[in-house]
Amino acid sequence: MEWGSLNEFLAMGGYGLYVWGSYLVTVVCILLEILTVRRG
Amino acid sequence: MSFWKFSSPQTFYPVAKKLSVIFFVLAAVLTIWGLYIGFFVAPTDFQQGESYRIIFIHVPAAWMSMFIYLVMAFWAGVGLIWNTRLSSMMAHALAPTGAMMTFVALWTGALWGRPTWGTWWVWDARLTSELVLLFLYVGYIVLRSSIDDPRRGDRASAVLALVGVVNVPIIYFSVQWWNTLHQGASVSLTKSPSMASSMLLGMLVMALAFWMYSIAVSLVRVRKIIRQRESNASWLSESAG
Repeated sequence: MEWGSLNEFLAMGGYGLYVWGSYLVTVVCILLEILTVRRG
Repeated sequence: MSFWKFSSPQTFYPVAKKLSVIFFVLAAVLTIWGLYIGFFVAPTDFQQGESYRIIFIHVPAAWMSMFIYLVMAFWAGVGLIWNTRLSSMMAHALAPTGAMMTFVALWTGALWGRPTWGTWWVWDARLTSELVLLFLYVGYIVLRSSIDDPRRGDRASAVLALVGVVNVPIIYFSVQWWNTLHQGASVSLTKSPSMASSMLLGMLVMALAFWMYSIAVSLVRVRKIIRQRESNASWLSESAG
């Protein structure tokens, strides 16, 4: 898969909201889990 | 030296630390590799366009949500039968990660369902049984923490975990047993894969990454639980591990 530009990559063929919404929340969940487990 | 000596919290505590570092590194390397395949090697899906790229976290999270539950119930059962402290602690350490994976599977499923099916949510067999799994995890965690005596909490929550195991095959086979919007299994041992090999590889690498992450973070959490529950044991204050 070759992306023409960064904008094209972020747009995800019009599905950017859904794709990045999925990845962003997953990353936040993982970071929150690591933070809470490291405390105490 | 015997393998079984690691079943005591005291000997397992320093080992868990070393293992967690190894598994975090493995998870990081596999994530970078898996995302590279997922976004730069795997082609656009001819039906779903780019929206299908959610698969690289959705399927691994869904697999882990079921797998972690089985492992959690296994350790809870071992703790219930043989009364081994570390087994129950391991079960408790797995629950929050399992709940997180279940939430991620549901969340990414909603964001995938919207452009693909035209709806965020339907009350069909696959989605509903996965939601029940989330409630089982939450119920297990709440029940465990609501009982002051840790040993009694271990036993009561173990019973809940074991009863809830029945839900896992229901989730897995729901797409065969009932009519559902959700597609069938993406990977099967009896059929050749229905998707491009790079898509499949990316998904499997990400599943491995999620697996390694789950082990790593659960090991860190079991150390925390050991510190809390054995806080009056002398070995903890002696070792800085």
